[in-house]
Amino acid sequence: MIEYALYFTASCYGIALLLDLWRIGVGPDPADRILALDTMVINVIALLVLYGVWRGTAIYFEAAMLVAMVGFVSTVAYCRFVLRGDIIE
Amino acid sequence: MSFAAELLISIFLVISGVFGFVGSFGLVKLKNSLQRLHAPTKATTLGVGGVLVASMIYFYVEKGHLSVHELLITLFLFLTAPITANFIAKTYMARNLRKQDLPESQSDYGWSIYDDPPESVQLPENGTEPVVLDPAKDGGAQS
Repeated sequence: MIEYALYFTASCYGIALLLDLWRIGVGPDPADRILALDTMVINVIALLVLYGVWRGTAIYFEAAMLVAMVGFVSTVAYCRFVLRGDIIE
Repeated sequence: MSFAAELLISIFLVISGVFGFVGSFGLVKLKNSLQRLHAPTKATTLGVGGVLVASMIYFYVEKGHLSVHELLITLFLFLTAPITANFIAKTYMARNLRKQDLPESQSDYGWSIYDDPPESVQLPENGTEPVVLDPAKDGGAQS
């Protein structure tokens, strides 16, 4: 049963990634694109954890943690760049 | 693995998948940027929280000891999601709203996003000048 639930959840997050990609392409404002990129990072974290459950190994948590940190820092850096024209003042 | 544990994990997984999908669907469906800010920052964060709870239960049942990695990731995501949303909202405001569109900030300084005039300020329709901030009033603009 867990296997089918994993398939369902992974497809949900896969479609979600495609929708985010669409918003990155269309999004009229840079804020939309940054938001879509941030959502993609969060979806990838979910997919990594799902993959770890599917394979029954805990090693993907480290990867998920790293992706979470890098995603947050990159989102903030991108916003700073759009806001101030500079990342570190 | 007992049936109850499998059922619990599956329920958490399905709920989190639906939340994650709703978040990204809202990102596509909603009409303007500030509305679109709502869907991913809330629904998707909740969805990831569901995946992490399901994974925590799975590894507790499978390996017999509680792992705290998931709690770390959950804590980190739940801490950073509001900060990210705030930054994105500020980015949108700096590029799309003029100062007179906003209420007073109720403090000595103006709104922080207008310390430097945004690049994309459009001239108003009636030809008046764009808002130029008074450095003395807004304080420390060149710091």
